[in-house]
Amino acid sequence: MEITRSEYCAVAIADCFADDGEIMGSPMGLLPTLGARLAKATSNPLLLLTDGEARILQGTPPLGVTTDVVEGWMPFRLVLDMVVPYGKRHVMMGATQIDRWGNQNISAIGPWAQPTRQLLGVRGAPGNTVNNRTSYWVPKHSPRVVVDQVDIVSGVGRRRAEEAGPAATRFHDVHRLITDLGVFDFGGPGHTIRLLSVHPGVTVEDVLNSSGCEITAGERVPETRTPSETELILIRDVLDPRRLREKEVPTT
Amino acid sequence: MSIDEVVSSLRSGMRVGIGGWGSRRKPMALVRAILRSDLRDLDVVAYAGPDIGLLLQAGKARSVTYAFATLDSIPLEPLFSQARQSAAAAFREWDEGMFATGLRAAAQRLPFLPMRAGLGSDVPRNDPTLRTVRSPYADEQDLLAVPALNLDVALVHMNRADCYGNAQYLGPDPFFDDLFCLAADKAYVSCEQIVDTAGLTLGGPLQSILINRSMVTGVVETPGGAHFTSCDPDYPRDEAFQRAYVEAAKGDFSAFTERFLAGDEDAYQAAVRTFGEES
Repeated sequence: MEITRSEYCAVAIADCFADDGEIMGSPMGLLPTLGARLAKATSNPLLLLTDGEARILQGTPPLGVTTDVVEGWMPFRLVLDMVVPYGKRHVMMGATQIDRWGNQNISAIGPWAQPTRQLLGVRGAPGNTVNNRTSYWVPKHSPRVVVDQVDIVSGVGRRRAEEAGPAATRFHDVHRLITDLGVFDFGGPGHTIRLLSVHPGVTVEDVLNSSGCEITAGERVPETRTPSETELILIRDVLDPRRLREKEVPTT
Repeated sequence: MSIDEVVSSLRSGMRVGIGGWGSRRKPMALVRAILRSDLRDLDVVAYAGPDIGLLLQAGKARSVTYAFATLDSIPLEPLFSQARQSAAAAFREWDEGMFATGLRAAAQRLPFLPMRAGLGSDVPRNDPTLRTVRSPYADEQDLLAVPALNLDVALVHMNRADCYGNAQYLGPDPFFDDLFCLAADKAYVSCEQIVDTAGLTLGGPLQSILINRSMVTGVVETPGGAHFTSCDPDYPRDEAFQRAYVEAAKGDFSAFTERFLAGDEDAYQAAVRTFGEES
């Protein structure tokens, strides 16, 4: 069976958590949850993952299932008081906008005083980005999502953190952006967005044409790695037998 | 106390903190009573869900301090979004951790507490009252000075309480309800059931008695009082009702108000039962 785009995305997300060791993974949304559970089942069994509420689960149940052996308690107050500031955490958030400088927006579109579209609010993004490792997931890469400058800075990029001073910079660690087109970091000039790999079937030109800002890309951009047989079995038969991943990243 | 006695002790213009989180364990019976009251110009402080959406829709809130507004299983709170997009009130949007820190500063009677969250983001730009503070120690770091969220009144909903104000949560997450009570001059607890004091330790582990009577001004029994938000393990979120709420918010909301919110709490619960039978 042909490997789908959503499956490339899942392993690219899983690879974000591979070297984290024994810390809390906080995947927000469907593909990040699939990827984090895949990492826990393969490259990083030490990862701590919750049911999305207050229970830390020992295993890696399928998407949509939250019952499993409970190995710990993680209510919101512990996340905010003792995990985020302590730093043993890797959060993967969504982004309605993400810009060239690694700033993310989940707050609102348009001017702050009267937005054209209210979104979630900044949620924990400001605190996450200056305290613990942060990655982003964008299921539909477009010029409206990957932009030159976000409307309201929720998650903080490197340059803004440096401008705010050492307290904002010391633990700042924006790690990866995974989209349906490729894998990025912020290792371009001045900590700007850089293309690390394109998913098979995507060209560098596709990525640049689908972006609303300049993106650094090397002369030879590799393809995102192919999932192993084990990973495909885990994704297809264990973690997502209902193929929910196809709803978020459809096969065209 | 009764629901109306709690609400009649509130005054227009007060700063009211509302416990729970998003669409989880919100003191909705008390919120509904505020909707029916003459109160106005409230300055509300919450991890916002339908509580804040409804207060804004009814024109009860002059200003809102929040970190997000969500229905959890439905990402956006529609009435909140409408109020933001029409600038129907003043809004102060903080980071989630800042919000908890502001409550903690108030609970500890401090003017502020320092933290990293918020630095570098647009939170300080959009709330120009925020200031930074320099560490007086050798590191000399500039940190955000999160001001105390001092509340006039806190409203929270718990699973059980005794008549003295000792109150218990039986779900997986206490949220920040004890902090809301401590940050407030007066705190009112609504609960699914008032039990004999001895029943608290029979019903759950010692640590589940989150709130003690020294933190509480009054208690009121409101079965189904968190509806349509979740109140685990007594009941989950009423997803069908929540979807109907979102549908109603897309158009003229007055039909929803007329059907569910025009009468008292008993009338609301009866209308919800009818809704459940029909769907």
